[in-house]
Amino acid sequence: MKERLEQLKQEALQKVENADSIQGLKDIRVEYLGKKGPITEVLRGMGKLSKEERPVIGQLANEVRESIADAIEAKQTGLEDEALEKQLEEESIDVTLPARPVHVGGPHLLTSIVEEIEDLFIGMGFEIKEGPEVETDYYNFEALNLPKGHPARDMQDSFYVTEELLMRTHTSPVQARTMGARNGAEPVKMICPGKVYRRDTDDATHSHQFTQIEGLLVDKHVRMSDLKGVLNAFAKQMFGAEREIRLRPSFFPFTEPSVEMDISCKVCGGKGCSVCKGTGWIEILGGGMVHPNVLEMAGYDSSEYSGFAFGMGPERIAMLKYGVDDIRHFYTNDIRFLEQYHKA
Amino acid sequence: MLVSLNWLNEYIDVSAYSPEELAEIITKTGIEVESVEPVAEGVTGVVVGHVTSCMQHPNADKLNLCQVDVGEETLQIVCGAPNVAVGQKVAVAVPGAVLPGNFKIKKTKLRGEASNGMICSLQELGVDEKDVPKEYAEGIFVFPEDTEIGADAVSELNLDDLIIELGLTPNRSDAMSMAGVAYEVAAAIDGAYTLAEEKVETIDEKASDLLTVEVDDPEANPYYGAFVIKDVQIGPSPLWMRNRLTAAGIRPINNVVDITNYVLMEYGQPLHAFDYDRFGSQTIRTRRAEDGEKIVTLDDQERTLNSRHLVITNGEQPHAIAGVMGGAESEVQEDTTTIILEAAYFAPSVVREASKDHGLRSESSSRFEKGVDPNRVERAGKRACELLQKYAGGRVLEGNASFDKLDRSEKQVTVRTSVINDRLGTEISNEEMADIFRRLQFVYNQDGEQFDVTIPTRRGDITIFEDILEEVARIYGYDNLPFTLPEGESQAGGLTVNQQLKRRVKAYFEGAGLHETITYSLTHKDKAVMLVSPEVEEAAESPVGLAMPMSEDHAYLRLSILPELLESLSYNVARRQENLAYYEVGTVFISDEEEVTKQPSEMLRASGALTGDWTSHLWQQEKKAVDFFVVKGIVEGLGDQLGLSFTYEKAKLPSMHPGRTAVIRHGGRVIGFAGQVHPKLQKEFGLKETYVFDLNLEALFQSYEKEETFRVIPRHPSVSRDIALVVDEDVSAGAIEATISEAGAPLVKDVQVFDVYQGEHLEAGKKSLAFRLLYLDPVRTLKDQEVEEAHEQILAAVKDKHEAELRG
Ligand SMILES: [Zn+2]
Repeated sequence: MKERLEQLKQEALQKVENADSIQGLKDIRVEYLGKKGPITEVLRGMGKLSKEERPVIGQLANEVRESIADAIEAKQTGLEDEALEKQLEEESIDVTLPARPVHVGGPHLLTSIVEEIEDLFIGMGFEIKEGPEVETDYYNFEALNLPKGHPARDMQDSFYVTEELLMRTHTSPVQARTMGARNGAEPVKMICPGKVYRRDTDDATHSHQFTQIEGLLVDKHVRMSDLKGVLNAFAKQMFGAEREIRLRPSFFPFTEPSVEMDISCKVCGGKGCSVCKGTGWIEILGGGMVHPNVLEMAGYDSSEYSGFAFGMGPERIAMLKYGVDDIRHFYTNDIRFLEQYHKA
Repeated sequence: MLVSLNWLNEYIDVSAYSPEELAEIITKTGIEVESVEPVAEGVTGVVVGHVTSCMQHPNADKLNLCQVDVGEETLQIVCGAPNVAVGQKVAVAVPGAVLPGNFKIKKTKLRGEASNGMICSLQELGVDEKDVPKEYAEGIFVFPEDTEIGADAVSELNLDDLIIELGLTPNRSDAMSMAGVAYEVAAAIDGAYTLAEEKVETIDEKASDLLTVEVDDPEANPYYGAFVIKDVQIGPSPLWMRNRLTAAGIRPINNVVDITNYVLMEYGQPLHAFDYDRFGSQTIRTRRAEDGEKIVTLDDQERTLNSRHLVITNGEQPHAIAGVMGGAESEVQEDTTTIILEAAYFAPSVVREASKDHGLRSESSSRFEKGVDPNRVERAGKRACELLQKYAGGRVLEGNASFDKLDRSEKQVTVRTSVINDRLGTEISNEEMADIFRRLQFVYNQDGEQFDVTIPTRRGDITIFEDILEEVARIYGYDNLPFTLPEGESQAGGLTVNQQLKRRVKAYFEGAGLHETITYSLTHKDKAVMLVSPEVEEAAESPVGLAMPMSEDHAYLRLSILPELLESLSYNVARRQENLAYYEVGTVFISDEEEVTKQPSEMLRASGALTGDWTSHLWQQEKKAVDFFVVKGIVEGLGDQLGLSFTYEKAKLPSMHPGRTAVIRHGGRVIGFAGQVHPKLQKEFGLKETYVFDLNLEALFQSYEKEETFRVIPRHPSVSRDIALVVDEDVSAGAIEATISEAGAPLVKDVQVFDVYQGEHLEAGKKSLAFRLLYLDPVRTLKDQEVEEAHEQILAAVKDKHEAELRG
């Protein structure tokens, strides 16, 4: 019997060795390890054996059974791996073929710039205020120290709707409205972005519609040096820590003293080049200390309160920062333009 | 304002500074230098020559053969100028000379004759066409007879001068004169300058014996002075004066006109000369013009006047529009011998009105409009008399005939050093403060830290404390102000809920594949009222228009963003960019008034327009054009972002495809629409199939509620059941879906259409809709029986409402 088991084992292991399919292995399992298989048969015939032999043969039979089962399992794993490998081989692709595109849109360049500026000033404790694009003559001009007939009104020829209503020419009326709403008592710290309109023929540098961001801070003891400090912090964050700023005198009816702010030219580092017209400086924004008339009209006592205001054009900033050469690009919405600045 | 550096240097010594340094100093102290340019760039080797002979060229009718003595030698030069003649002193570019544009002069032969140089016109020397005197416009320039032969023509003509262009802000009209610029530069560099006294020699006759002056409207004309100069001889003004005028951008004409213009530039005071004999009376009367009154001005235009305009009359008819332009009738001419010289103060507003009405912006009106220095009016008249005596042979009568109610008083402003420091953030001492006022030539009385500052009338822009503050700051130097941060109580900045939502909506659209656009709010009337959403369509009956548009294309305020969005698509499609998905968030303008009297309400909307392929993956042969359901998906996604649900109802809207358009509601309220643009309109825009959506963001933001409580995540699995229903083809899926949701509540959590069929297996006029229903109870496992009961209820409801049969 012992010999029989050994023989069966050899025979089975040989067959397992030669098997070339999972099915073949299954057949071998049934053939040798099944209920009708030869090993079962051997075990059934154990009754004829002596008491001493029985456990020996029994153990041997189990060992044979186990080694066959192990061999089948090992072989099966091998065959499965082989089959999988083959399948994977067949599934191979050309990874250099084009991807299925994921279409993602993006913000308009002006929005990116406006939001960047908004976030910078939010970081400095400013809130964002909005206001109507069709304004009253009062808020657009009079409340800003530009009474009817004031020569500076010529500076910004406007689109009137009626004698008293017009397309706002700047976002400053939002400042006047915000100040007015505080009853001359609380401080104001705000910026106001938005669309503005002027009677200009559209060309490479003019647009009848454009964007403006203005800022205002009114409080007790606001100093001109605060304006300089805030604008400096803004400019360094917006344009780079290595950029210098300078203020020079200017004129706006709603501020006194008034300033124009330049930043050092990025192209030449201040030495002078064609971009900065040889001056080393590039004009970025205008501002100044809020004119006492503006404060008084909004209900503030100008001997107690003071403030500063400033305004800038995101189009101009975009043109400087990214070299956009024609302001009309912002409003034509050419897909090739829009896509270019989605990372901006 | 164009400032000749040579001229300026004669008033105040600026030779210690390079032109660039000077420009920088002037810019930093207050007046922006826009450019510093030479009168004529790169001209060398041009000398004064004497034409000693001039004959016709043997081989050319229009050329002359000239012998020109240039000092060291005599050159033969072929010259084509019609005005060349023997005896003239001319500008000769000798061989080796360089003219503007790097044009090198060489010895050459013209039609067989040697030509060793070139006799130059002013234009050839780089002088601006408009500044060239008329008599030299068509030919060469001729120097005065006493010009030295062989002298450097470049310096004789002041071509080596530099012109500083100042960009003056409206408040700095004081710098619209050389004297004003000199005061400014003196303050900037701490130099010395005072406007020199006029020196006039008069004859025994008195101007007031020849003329009387009457003023009807002293407010419009507080001062009028008329000087009289006899025996003037009209001729060219001296070359130095012509050069200075040219440098200032003013064309020289004759000595009298040039002198009035010269004083205008020097003092900033416009003057006018009338021909006494052509004036027609001995009375000068200034008054408001009568409505419809006419005058022919110096430019030979007949102009119709009205009572907004002030005129200078001879008692009867007008001879000048005050401060704007003189009349042709009394113009100074070749034969003029006696002139009336007007030096007057006209109110800025009166001159502004007239110059605006007549479209006449002149050197004169631009100064009156800003207000001239009351203390320099009469002085300017005297200065002109001085020059007329010197350079036009005139004999000046004593005094002037005048009307005078002009306020020449100087204002006083009191300031304290501590208040100035407090406002600027500086630590300026009393001594430094006093020094600043000294540099500005502001007279002051000092008492400790208090300064009573007297403002000279040339600085009419300074009236209040803050104006002084600016003067101190700019002379102290904006560069020297410290950098500080505001000391007030700090507040937390941030976005409002709506501002946050707006950003979120935009980010969603962009993530969904749409590109943001910004289009014009002002549009054509047709487009202003096109594609307007049903909830605001009433306003489209009275769109808000501009009173005076610049063009038809930007004349009305938009009621919808879509037409300009379609315009943007159209622009791209015309450039072969055909797959586009755009959105814009912006304002539309709603007015319920027929005639606008109050501000229209401004409504925030989000609109999108899509055309071409939505997805395409070529090598896998996959391509999907934009359709209604793409756009609907975008809208639905927005609803998810805001936690809002929408319903859709087929609708016929103007300019939209009648079968592919839906009105969108939220909570029963119309909040927008979506669908295909009507093919006719698509064609007008040159577009293929194009889908749009338009949503009232403001309404959506109002409905938005921030999720603030935690909702339990269901622990139990949901059960899904499918049903296929056969209904009439005009029953909408949405209607059935709504019925299912209602009948299945609260267990049915989701209903999805997964198949739509119409065809041979169904009766004509019928369609089959298959729905997948999701049953869920968040807190326990559903029993089969409960689902069964709910399902039965649903079937009954759809049968009842829509005659829907279960498909067999
Ligand atoms: Zn540069």
